[in-house]
Amino acid sequence: MTTKQRQDVIHEAKFMDGDEFHIAVFKLLQQDGTLYDGAKAPKLDKEKALRIYRAMLFTRVLDERMLAAQRQGRLSFYMQCTGEEAAVVGSTAALDDDDMIMAQYREQAALAYRGFSVDEFMNQMFGNEKDYGKGRQMPIHYGSAKLNYMTISSPLATQIPQAAGYAYGQKMAGQENCTLVYFGEGAASEGDFHAALNMATVHHAPVIFFCRNNGYAISTPAVEQFAADGVAPRAFGYKMRVIRVDGNDLLAVYQATLEARHHVVKHHHPVLIEAMTYRLAAHSSSDDPSGYRSKKEEEAWREKDPILRMRRWLESKKWWSEEEEKSLQEDMRKDVLDTMKRAQKLPPPTLDSLFTDVYARPTPALKAQFEQLKAHIRKYPEAYPKSADRLDDTSLDDTRPELEDSTNIAAKGEA
Amino acid sequence: MAKRNMLQAINEALDTAMAADEKVMCFGEDVGGFGGVFRATSNLQEKFGKARCFNTPLVEQGIVGFANGLASQGSIAVAEIQFADYIFPAFDQIVNETAKFRYRSGNLFNVGGLTIRAPYGGGISGGHYHSQSPEAYFAHTPGLKVVIPRNPHQAKGLLLASIRDPDPVIFFEPKRLYRASSGEVPESDYELPLGEAEVTREGSDITLVAWGAQMEMAEKAADLADKEGISCEIIDLRTILPWDAETVAESVFKTGRLLVTHEAPLTGGFAGEIAATIQEHCFLYLESPISRVTGLDTPFPLTLEKEYMPDHLKIFEAIKASVNF
Ligand SMILES: Cc1ncc(C[n+]2csc(CCOP(=O)(O)OP(=O)(O)O)c2C)c(N)n1
Repeated sequence: MTTKQRQDVIHEAKFMDGDEFHIAVFKLLQQDGTLYDGAKAPKLDKEKALRIYRAMLFTRVLDERMLAAQRQGRLSFYMQCTGEEAAVVGSTAALDDDDMIMAQYREQAALAYRGFSVDEFMNQMFGNEKDYGKGRQMPIHYGSAKLNYMTISSPLATQIPQAAGYAYGQKMAGQENCTLVYFGEGAASEGDFHAALNMATVHHAPVIFFCRNNGYAISTPAVEQFAADGVAPRAFGYKMRVIRVDGNDLLAVYQATLEARHHVVKHHHPVLIEAMTYRLAAHSSSDDPSGYRSKKEEEAWREKDPILRMRRWLESKKWWSEEEEKSLQEDMRKDVLDTMKRAQKLPPPTLDSLFTDVYARPTPALKAQFEQLKAHIRKYPEAYPKSADRLDDTSLDDTRPELEDSTNIAAKGEA
Repeated sequence: MAKRNMLQAINEALDTAMAADEKVMCFGEDVGGFGGVFRATSNLQEKFGKARCFNTPLVEQGIVGFANGLASQGSIAVAEIQFADYIFPAFDQIVNETAKFRYRSGNLFNVGGLTIRAPYGGGISGGHYHSQSPEAYFAHTPGLKVVIPRNPHQAKGLLLASIRDPDPVIFFEPKRLYRASSGEVPESDYELPLGEAEVTREGSDITLVAWGAQMEMAEKAADLADKEGISCEIIDLRTILPWDAETVAESVFKTGRLLVTHEAPLTGGFAGEIAATIQEHCFLYLESPISRVTGLDTPFPLTLEKEYMPDHLKIFEAIKASVNF
């Protein structure tokens, strides 16, 4: 099929300037919890509004506790969502729970909204035997087939073209669903981002590209990431719908994503959303932002706290109160702490977890290396304390029952 | 001489190269004002300006593609890839372009002025995306040089030599040793030869070949073996491509045994190449099969990292098995 390309003609060398593009920011809610003049809140009932708020608050509590745990040496690594909760929960809440989410890594709030339990968070972070990822990945690389949340991969932007492919598959399977993919404005520089937008528009994939423009990629400020007016204008080059939204405004993010979802599912044509927000925390627990940005700049953004803004709105509707806030925060803190202690005590995955899932069935080489490693550990048990005392529980046989349905459990909707 | 850790030595090498030649430029993700996530490029922007030491957008294929163009113009490009695990988005630029620039143009153009630096290797609780040792992928590519230092002194001398080498070099830095390894480093401008292995310990019973962070494991294993009366000769390969078969073969003529160790998986790892070549040169001198102690044929894990690692105990056992064959 050939598309007709418009061929308007001019006879003067008149250049169009990349600087001509400026995209406005969609905002509904002000920091004091009231709506802008003329703004209309999206339909959001009390129950859903509180589900959203709880997920945001939980994420903040989780971040505070886990960063402290990392500082105490209980945890090797952590990354906070702090400051971006509205961007993440607002967009996830606009999806159906069986739409697919492909995240970058800083979107624990989306998982919290979908109902990932505190135990599930902790098991992953401590890489214990109950971690779905079997202790193979660093903390925060969550995944849940049950909650339609693709397991995180560290190489940046690789999830973006995958999201286009997944969404295309959803369409081909006749599902009335979409895929939403999160990424940072830094990751949007990768070739994978550009490939993804092109593939998605050409092949009509029901995918929402959601950029969290939080101002920094580790130490690199957005002005050193791109010369243009952010990420949003790139959509034009691919003939894609686009909106820029205040990422700290829960209502605006929610409404924009709701409409984006409607569009992509109905027309099988992707949408790009750029949420303007700020990474309030350090990049990760290994980073110290005082080396590249000022406290003053951070403080200015702290005043735009998305959780506080949402809370004031809830209070103005009489859906939330100071007392409820206090007791919920306390419950959450206690829950996180208790669960953390429990998860920390669980044993690590057994030795066979090193060898399983490399292939659907272990190869002869892997079986040989497993036996060799077991024999070696038996000889030096004290050098390998994580596995030495449980060697007898482990075996690598290729008739394991779960092999049968190990392919694409996501499609079957079971964990 | 001053005591330096490996990061300081690398920083000194970059500083020295930039001061000596204004055509040298350093760039990569977070390399500018911040000095890189590991701080290898600290103070370089302050000293040499934003035009010569700068942050790039977050795109590895862009970094290496840009570096290829820059080097083909005659500049000296030192590009940082933040972790060796993230070099793969630039694989096409490196393998098809960097490596073949000179060859495909009949020497009309070349990118000899390009050095790509990347921290590699495990042992830092990095899980499988912050622990890989990808040297074998690049060793399969004619036209590249692949260099890995074992300590600060080597790092400075080899990096300076890489930057000034007439061919493109991939310089893998063992990040586990960035701060852990320290030693005397001359303040002067010096180079160590590329393509030459170094015998770091003389011995008579078996030759151990390693590179980068794995040298430490080989040394510890040799100490254990020594207590059992086994004398190990240790060779640091230093350059993986082109590698110094002669030095290894000469050692094997003497010891009659060879063990090669690396962190990367066994199958298709560089130890296989060494074993095949040495077997060809030294067949009649070998008293036992050439042995390989390597990472497993699996991705790099997090929780069971210790089990995964080709550590000194695994090497020690393999030494004994070889000697008692
Ligand atoms: C391909 C690749 N290159 C480099 C890295 C190292 N890295 C991890 S996070 C990060 C910055 C990402 O910034 P951004 O996409 O803006 O997201 P943010 O962290 O701000 O949420 C970098 C460079 C990586 N993980 N993958």
